[in-house]
Amino acid sequence: MSMSTDSRTLQQRTPNVHNATSRMPTDYQNLRFSYQRPPDFGQSPAAHYPVVVVGAGPVGLVTAIDLARQGLKVVLLDDDDCLSGGSRALCYAKRTLEVLDRLGCGDRVVEKGVSWNVGKVFFRDDPVYQFNLLPEEGHHRPAFVNLQQYYLEGYLHECASSYPNLDIRWKSKVTQMDNGDAKASVTVTTPEGDYTLSADYVIAADGARSPVRNMLNLESKGRVFQDRFLIADVKMKAPFPAERWFWFDPPFHPNQSVLLHREADDVWRIDFQLGWDADPELEKTPERVIPRVRALLGDDVEFDLEWVSVYTFACMRMEKFRHGRVIFAGDAAHGVSPFGARGANSGVQDADNLGWKLGLVLRGEAPVTLLDTYAVEREYAADENILNSTRATDFITPKSAISRVFRDAVLSLSKHHAFAQKLVNSGRLSMPSTYLNSPLNTADTDNFAGLMRPGAPAADAPVLTAHGGRQWFLQQVGDRFTTVFFTDVYSPAAELSQAPVMQVLPAGASTPSHANAIVDVDGLLAARFDARPGTTYLLRPDQHVAARWREFDPTRVKAAWSRSTGQELKL
Amino acid sequence: MANPDDFYEALIDMHRDLDEAQSQAVNARLILLLANHIGDMQVLREAMIHARTEP
Repeated sequence: MSMSTDSRTLQQRTPNVHNATSRMPTDYQNLRFSYQRPPDFGQSPAAHYPVVVVGAGPVGLVTAIDLARQGLKVVLLDDDDCLSGGSRALCYAKRTLEVLDRLGCGDRVVEKGVSWNVGKVFFRDDPVYQFNLLPEEGHHRPAFVNLQQYYLEGYLHECASSYPNLDIRWKSKVTQMDNGDAKASVTVTTPEGDYTLSADYVIAADGARSPVRNMLNLESKGRVFQDRFLIADVKMKAPFPAERWFWFDPPFHPNQSVLLHREADDVWRIDFQLGWDADPELEKTPERVIPRVRALLGDDVEFDLEWVSVYTFACMRMEKFRHGRVIFAGDAAHGVSPFGARGANSGVQDADNLGWKLGLVLRGEAPVTLLDTYAVEREYAADENILNSTRATDFITPKSAISRVFRDAVLSLSKHHAFAQKLVNSGRLSMPSTYLNSPLNTADTDNFAGLMRPGAPAADAPVLTAHGGRQWFLQQVGDRFTTVFFTDVYSPAAELSQAPVMQVLPAGASTPSHANAIVDVDGLLAARFDARPGTTYLLRPDQHVAARWREFDPTRVKAAWSRSTGQELKL
Repeated sequence: MANPDDFYEALIDMHRDLDEAQSQAVNARLILLLANHIGDMQVLREAMIHARTEP
């Protein structure tokens, strides 16, 4: 039986080299990145960059990659010398995978990870119901992929390392911040002393305890939950399917809940609810963990403990995500309970929202106030995530005797009554927000049905392209504004410089010969966008809908583009 | 039910800061109000059977 905990002291140190094509798989958990003296160390006046990103977790890495892809010079600072340990975030939602696809790093995550769509709920020893999070065909990505966070970070780090204009600096801790009017200054403490950088913008993606937030005397406020959970990452050959299994009050862990997920490399993640009175240090010891795991698996299953942790959580957020030249993203800006996988997923969506706006502002193509719409849209999303994760937590951990009575009543009805299944809340799993009231939206003037309202993330569907045969719609859009024009016949005249036109030909049309045309091969795109010939959508660089019409009118598209790039903002 | 989570949150909130006897009384009044709203004896009898027979 092997065992490791949060402590990294026992782990082997490996050099700062890796080769993705080598035959030995990279041991991401034990990779160490050495500090290297940056070229601008001790420079006076301090070197200036458009963007400094603080924190090389998933959110910081995605932000830095998105900006580097746009050609911006970026410095990414991290106070540590290694990637995350243990499964941690674990569950990456469809929308997150689509964001990673846009950045060119989705495939490895999906190939290595465990795809799943189905969740099952048990009450005591009885399966009461199951749900499918993606009950329809015609999507590139599944509802979720489970993967240890160190793999995600490792892949993102390798992607980030391929950009010469993205400078990743390990063992580089931000210890002082000056959020000035003209620029932000950052004091970086390294093993060989301090130096200063200045930046147009600092992105604080430095986690739930966010030192940057503290340096600016800002707070994240909300509700702390009095409960503790044990995570055990267990390596074993197990017969469970790749599904999310959730038990309320199971016989092997009475009066508490248990959650089971499959990870990569035959590792399984088990979350045991412990209650507030549990001693976190004691509960991490193998003597306590192994019997709990054995109670679930039975005596004859061989397993090894890979990683163990005990966590508590809070649902909280900062009042404002933008403070002048410092912008907060991910856990630094907002925290949620883990039920629903809304932490890392919402953080990646923060980065997705911020990247293109920061690019436009830094290139002088949009007013600075566009950055306030990052805050407005992602504060709204944070509220949605906090509401959902708070409700799940209240259902899983009833706060009063009567709440427990209702919860158990719902569970006991759920096996035979469909209405009660809808009330069972073992976590409402991460869905991207629709920015319904965003000032960047152009309100509908034509009639539409369906989900693709202004502010919604665009739906995927299979398409035929001029290059690659059968592809996916979301691979054809993003990174820039795109006008999606549904038409029966290719129209050479349709062109717009601000938002290049992608023409969508109906199912049955032959493979397009123009790079800016695709065929809606199964008719799903038109169905999901409620489109008919003439229907036109304007999509933002983050693939959210900015506007839609029943006719292609370049003047109206231009006006919507102008609104969506913040030219009309009155914040 | 269009928004089950909204309903459930409101239901639990209705009991906030009540002791057990008060909660029981609130539940009883709620059942009576809903029964009056349903108004169909056959539906109510069916619901009573389901409520009593589930484990």
